[in-house]
Amino acid sequence: MRFQPTADQQLFARTVRELLEKECPPEAARAGFSGERWAKLREMGMIDMLASGMTEIDLVPILEEAGRAALPEPLIEAALIAGGALDGVVTAAVGSRFVAHADVADVIVIERDGALYSVRREAVTLQPVETIDAARPVFLITGGLESGTVLEADRDLADNRATLGAAAELLGLASRSIEMAADYAKERHQFGKPIGSFQAVKHKLADALLHVEFARPVVYRAAWSLSQRDETIERDVSMAKAMAGDAAAGAAKAALQTLGAIGYTQEHDLHVWMKRIWALNAAWGNPDQHRARVASAVIA
Amino acid sequence: MDLAFTTQEQAFRAQCASWFGQNLPGPLASMDTPEGFEQHRAWEKRLHDAGWSAVNWPRAFGGREATLIEWLIFEEEYYRAGAPRRLNQNGLFLLAPTLLEFGTEEQKQRFLPPIASCDEIWCQGWSEPNAGSDLASLTSRATRDGSEWILNGQKTWASRGVYADWMFGLFRSDASSERHRGLSYILVPLDAPGVTVRPIAQIDSEPGFAEVFLDDVRVPVANTLGPEGDGWKIAMSTAGFERGVVLRSPGRFMATADRLLELFKERGSPAALQDDVARAWMSADAYRLATFWAVSKLMDGGTIGAEASLNKLWWSEMDLYMHETALRLLGDDATLDGPWLDGFVFSLAGPIYAGTNEIQRNIVAERVLGLPR
Repeated sequence: MRFQPTADQQLFARTVRELLEKECPPEAARAGFSGERWAKLREMGMIDMLASGMTEIDLVPILEEAGRAALPEPLIEAALIAGGALDGVVTAAVGSRFVAHADVADVIVIERDGALYSVRREAVTLQPVETIDAARPVFLITGGLESGTVLEADRDLADNRATLGAAAELLGLASRSIEMAADYAKERHQFGKPIGSFQAVKHKLADALLHVEFARPVVYRAAWSLSQRDETIERDVSMAKAMAGDAAAGAAKAALQTLGAIGYTQEHDLHVWMKRIWALNAAWGNPDQHRARVASAVIA
Repeated sequence: MDLAFTTQEQAFRAQCASWFGQNLPGPLASMDTPEGFEQHRAWEKRLHDAGWSAVNWPRAFGGREATLIEWLIFEEEYYRAGAPRRLNQNGLFLLAPTLLEFGTEEQKQRFLPPIASCDEIWCQGWSEPNAGSDLASLTSRATRDGSEWILNGQKTWASRGVYADWMFGLFRSDASSERHRGLSYILVPLDAPGVTVRPIAQIDSEPGFAEVFLDDVRVPVANTLGPEGDGWKIAMSTAGFERGVVLRSPGRFMATADRLLELFKERGSPAALQDDVARAWMSADAYRLATFWAVSKLMDGGTIGAEASLNKLWWSEMDLYMHETALRLLGDDATLDGPWLDGFVFSLAGPIYAGTNEIQRNIVAERVLGLPR
């Protein structure tokens, strides 16, 4: 037993971090989807990771980096649900009524009678939905669901993979939110001192970090279970989503409280990260729904 | 990354489980009673004779050179079997790792084997009446007289101090020093002239704590662990073991979490507690995973620093939460004597000992997040 990402996995994650620091700085994360960046993600091999033989474990650090950058592209949908098997800009309505980034997609993966189908965007009718996260616009499909080409893919596996992907992104989003809050707490002075020297602020951020750090191995264990097609996939994926989601929601709240009024504006970047946390926390099952799934697995 | 146990690890687990299956004693009295103390010591001897008392130590000192992963497996099987709490935990889990890291060869040979065999029981002599969370303000002093230290002062909250033979203590050895500087880590025999031990009854009525008074106690300078004046650094290494994976392995908490699931199934109500039971079980399982994560990092040559404080926060608050949840399930029976009530009272101490959780949060904020002091 060795429960650590390998040197290769860590190296790839570092490369991705460097790429995203350049290609997806905060102003880009605010602006939303970019076709140019999508092409770069393709080029980097980030979309067809599964198709090129990487495992769910390899994907966790990459998704975590995507979360850190608040990447506004449908990476979970294209890389985890479609498995990198489709060309163009790919998104999906699997395990969720809502489709993120459907307006810019070429192809949408849908589910029907327990199977997955790919449809051209033009073949379906989309209805935009007003949502909190402007950088991740979502849509309802109101027509055209009977069309499409069947995919050689397991619907439940795709759903569990997407849930894992959201959990991994939530870890990255949460870590970055805590860093923003810590940076601010070092700079911002009140009563003649940095506010980060006050225990009320320290303890809040320490707690936020605690939950993120303890969710991380849980997310990796879920990736392991998926990669092995273990019997405990459902339980482990649910535990990952519940704990990463709660940790991220807690991090967002602690970060906002640390920043105070500036955090409640669009002038500071935090709101972009916070809104993505809320969006991904609700998508593919929220922590309560997943905890109920864990409960039924362990209290059988 | 490979979460599957190797064939060797599985064989080790089977060996542990089979030995516990054949050798487990019945329920023992509290280790803080004279009767329970002797029962626990007898159990420790049996463990030691079979080579199970300190599995990851070098063979030369009474171990079997198990890997850290195997040690975690041992702990899982130990608590799954319902084996008794470890009597010499201060010696085994706090002093021994510190000795292995900083001790001279002579010190290791002298002190480690009787820890493994439980012939010498250790207590910790750090806190003082006016130095608790602010440990660096301690005033007990060590004055050099030739090849001896003369110790004076008062230590307190020494768990199992009433029964202990030895104390590892922190003393101000440079009278002109302040705070973290000029402290030495000294090993003190509690039968030395000038030592007075006074029991303090804990909330469970047993004398779990002791106060230790030192009046001109002479100990050899050779009993200094690590360089003179470097005591703070050595103590913080012990604290790392205390907060980190060594003192509180996940086996014990997983056993509690599994008992909690059983309790919920047995009681079946209130159904509203199902979410809390799931949360408790998940916290324990997450701790188990985080421990395998940390141990793998150590085995790959990594280090664990201030992160040990995160660990301490997690296990202490999770242990309390599991017991609180159990008491809520028990309703009217919650205040009856029994393992849940005992466990609850014990878990209340977790957020206090090994550095209060307020201190741990300060450490995390300052040393992991880089916030100003």
